[in-house]
Amino acid sequence: MGAGHAHALYVRRDSVVHRLPPHCKIVATVGFVLAVAITPRHEVWAFAAYALLLAGVTVVARIPFGTVLRRMVIEIPFVAFAFFLPFVARGERVEVLGLALSVDGLWGAFGILAKGTLGVVASILLAATTEPRTLLLGVERLGLPPLLTQIATFMFRYLDVVADELRRMRIARAARGFEARDLRDAKVLARSLGALFLRCFERGERVHLAMLSRGYDGAMPVLAEVGASRRQWALSAALPAAAGLVAAAAWMAVWTLR
Amino acid sequence: MDASLEVSGLAYAYPDGTQALFGVTTSVRRGERVALLGPNGAGKTTLVLHLNGILHGGAGTVRVGGMPVDPSDKKALKEIRRRVGVVFQDPDDQLFMPTAREDVAFGPANLGLRGAALERRVEEALERVGMAEFADRAPQHLSFGQRRRVAVATVLAMEPEILVLDEPSSNLDPASRRELAEILLSLDVTILMVTHDLPYAAQLCPRSLILSGGVIAADGPTLELLADAELMAAHRLELPFGFIPQALSGA
Repeated sequence: MGAGHAHALYVRRDSVVHRLPPHCKIVATVGFVLAVAITPRHEVWAFAAYALLLAGVTVVARIPFGTVLRRMVIEIPFVAFAFFLPFVARGERVEVLGLALSVDGLWGAFGILAKGTLGVVASILLAATTEPRTLLLGVERLGLPPLLTQIATFMFRYLDVVADELRRMRIARAARGFEARDLRDAKVLARSLGALFLRCFERGERVHLAMLSRGYDGAMPVLAEVGASRRQWALSAALPAAAGLVAAAAWMAVWTLR
Repeated sequence: MDASLEVSGLAYAYPDGTQALFGVTTSVRRGERVALLGPNGAGKTTLVLHLNGILHGGAGTVRVGGMPVDPSDKKALKEIRRRVGVVFQDPDDQLFMPTAREDVAFGPANLGLRGAALERRVEEALERVGMAEFADRAPQHLSFGQRRRVAVATVLAMEPEILVLDEPSSNLDPASRRELAEILLSLDVTILMVTHDLPYAAQLCPRSLILSGGVIAADGPTLELLADAELMAAHRLELPFGFIPQALSGA
């Protein structure tokens, strides 16, 4: 049946980080990313410090470094742009391996790459230590309208079911000799998608009936209360607080050296 | 008479004008297990959706445990939906929460249960279908038979007056089918079972109703109805190869 790929990002471990309430971790992640984002890009040591902080979290959360590294691949298409900057930016040039590169461009590329990577790693850690459904509880706790989190919860639940239906339709197509070769086959695929949409729509109706039958009146009952103690908040504040200090120090360095 | 379910003169036409029910009258006593048989398109599902007030607007009345189903009275409707536990055909439609435990808790939580009382109710319901050890599994990680059992638990957790099952044996392998039968027989609850699986009806339900063309065409002991070849043929009901109801009734 379902391959359960929706859980793929979560790494089951027992650690302090895993046990923290989801909304604390979300706030901590956002705080960390903000601190990284405002850091002046010329202060290279600051980014090294951030990387060390994340490495520390990775160790505490008992996530293998290899796992984090492998997942960082997702970043590549987003930072591809950074590699062009040294070639296209204007201003002072510097000779590197016989290529004349823009100094500003190089710094720009470094900034995007460093900040992007740190943000991606922070999110990877959040996803690895928090189950998707508690993540949803967390954002709801932080004030996202329940309707949106309900939609996300259902999407999460039915992703496998829909993927299964899609696979069955593909097998049915293949069983009758269909193989998508070029653009002309798009018509067949579009029809399949239409059929899939209808099936999902009908399933939605049936699920709604089932919910009504069990007393649903527009609000999901709150089953798991995700409260956070002061200690847990303090603990999860450690990362963004440290990052904040680094950012402040970086700016201090910029001002005093000027 | 101590009736769990009384249906009288129920008629219904869908908004597109298709008339599905033409005056259905019947009643089910408390503790009885009744099979609702009928060919495709006989109006079985339409009847089921009337029992808990999801469909309404035609003629006739439905009473559950003496309480009339009145869709305009929201509060009463909530109580009706607690009393009538519908187990739908596709467990994927019924199990919409992230884990089995949360799904079973959904109904009683809507009834206002919280905390330890809610937990106890959930544990008990899962226990009754033999699924307690799978409470924290996601539904997509359960086998089809297990999902159907959890679907039964979601309804049992609401302590219904009557359990309504839509095609409970469909898509089950023979072992899961037998396990579900054992579970259903062990429950001390009124059951109305919609099915095409006539041997299943014979095994589980002493009494059967035949719904055909939107009316109750026959009502009697299951084995007698199944043995009546003329009646069966008139309503497009056919026994599987090799199944002889006379052999079961000892006649």
